[in-house]
Amino acid sequence: MTTATARRAGVSLPPGSSRRHKVFGKNPLGLLFSAPYLIFVILIFAYPLVYAIWIAFHDFFFAAPGAQVDRPFVGLDNFVTALTDPAVLRSFLNVGIFLVINVPLTVVLSMLLATALNKVVHLRAFLRVAFYVPYVTASVAVVAVWLFLFNGGGLVNSILGPLAPDPSWLINSAWAMPTIAIFVTWKQLGFYILLYLSALQNVPKELYESASTDGAGAVRQFFSVTVPGVRPATVLVLLVSTITGANLFTEPYLLTGGGGPDGASASPVLIMYQKGLQQGQPDVASAIGVVLVIGVLIIAFVQNRLVGRED
Amino acid sequence: MSRTQTILRGIVLGVGALAFLFPFYYMVIGSLQTAPDATVAGAFPNPANITGENYVNINSRINLATGLINSGIFTGGVLLCTLVFGILVGYALAVLQWRGRGMTFALVILVQVVPFQLLMIPLYVLIARDYGLTDNYLGMILPFAINSTAVVIFRQFFLQLPKELFEAARIDGASEIKLLWSIAIPLARPAIITGVLLTFIGPWNEFLWPFLITKDAGKQPLAVSLANYISNVAASTANPFGATLAGAVVLAVPVVVLFIVFQRYFISSDLGSGVKG
Repeated sequence: MTTATARRAGVSLPPGSSRRHKVFGKNPLGLLFSAPYLIFVILIFAYPLVYAIWIAFHDFFFAAPGAQVDRPFVGLDNFVTALTDPAVLRSFLNVGIFLVINVPLTVVLSMLLATALNKVVHLRAFLRVAFYVPYVTASVAVVAVWLFLFNGGGLVNSILGPLAPDPSWLINSAWAMPTIAIFVTWKQLGFYILLYLSALQNVPKELYESASTDGAGAVRQFFSVTVPGVRPATVLVLLVSTITGANLFTEPYLLTGGGGPDGASASPVLIMYQKGLQQGQPDVASAIGVVLVIGVLIIAFVQNRLVGRED
Repeated sequence: MSRTQTILRGIVLGVGALAFLFPFYYMVIGSLQTAPDATVAGAFPNPANITGENYVNINSRINLATGLINSGIFTGGVLLCTLVFGILVGYALAVLQWRGRGMTFALVILVQVVPFQLLMIPLYVLIARDYGLTDNYLGMILPFAINSTAVVIFRQFFLQLPKELFEAARIDGASEIKLLWSIAIPLARPAIITGVLLTFIGPWNEFLWPFLITKDAGKQPLAVSLANYISNVAASTANPFGATLAGAVVLAVPVVVLFIVFQRYFISSDLGSGVKG
């Protein structure tokens, strides 16, 4: 805001309020307006975040409400328990397989479809709605139709005939995770298309014109103008799809009946649920969560270095 | 733009639209089949194989009305909190000058980056164990009470309003609360609708958290009761897919209709500003 406003606002204030200004700023009401949000940030974000890390380093178990129990500090014990468990290691491998399929596919398909959609004049609204309908619909609802499509005697296999994998997609240990990765790509794509559409509005038209004058065709223009032009959006899409992928729970829980076959599609969050809440080891589950988040941060950092650089 | 390119683009978009829409069409068709027909012919409506029976069946296993009401209360609570807290802090961040503004905005961004899975265990310990809010709407709503993406959208919109508007009203002696209520909020209607749409799909579709916090079927949102039906009951019924798909249609329709009606508010620019911060 301009200094003129400040002066005008200052004039209207009663004398003696200048010291209050020094402590709370020109408009202390801002803090009051923000207070409910800030209280909730502490209550359901900051405190649980610290608590999660605390639990991961202590011998923590569920006790009767109000009971005084001893929860000794155990150092890295929970991390050792987690990382020596084959089921946990398998789940990290699974999420790795998931990300390797899901993230590149998401970036390529959403960029391609957004670029195509951006040039369309007719049916634009219809196509946009068509693209984001899977994104706005509940996973639980679309999982139902995917189960119908991809089960042993489902439509996909009746079209593929002899080419269908045996055992079928979701009960095949080699295909279960890739099928989930493709499901999530399909489900989330609309959101990323919207992000790219927004980014495409910021690519200067002159760049396309000068590329065209230089004799660049549509494909050349896509790679030398569009792709670099939407790089900030690509960084964001990489980050969001990685975080979303690391959070994977509903799909393995429902599509493959709890991470089957034989743990081949179990995700770390699914293991956290099973270990932490079903088997009563919230400390080990918290340790898995901490490791997972550190892993995501490292991946995000590497992605940012590789894609986010300015050249 | 050459003709081949236009055709190629048409094909890409057409295949895309088909891939996105077909499963929804198939969901409706499947929910109306007397016996599941997974052949290619089954993808077309067959008058001899159409029934409303599946909707009756799923309704007898999981009470659809109760599920919808629970989803509605959960979603409504989250929306109310998001709007009240989000508009207040969005206004404070965009219009008011106060100490701590920069730090608060940094927090808004930070909250979006930390993934839910890290908070799942401590939130469960706190809300289910310490506060005893299992099978309680408050327990469902609490972790979603603040939506930082919505805060960014509101802030962005308030920033675009002309400063002179506020200055003039302040000189006339209007209080900040009056400014917010009678100037900023009425003007921010499009941003509020975008915020509502974006927030709505979160709790309405959310599965993990309400699944953890509700054991009583009478308190479960529809997404949770349908998921429990899929994982526990469906396999043992005569037409497992019919009833499941009927439930899926009931869960999907409110959101899909909402987004078709308000689609012009769910546009890239608003969303982009919201996520980019």
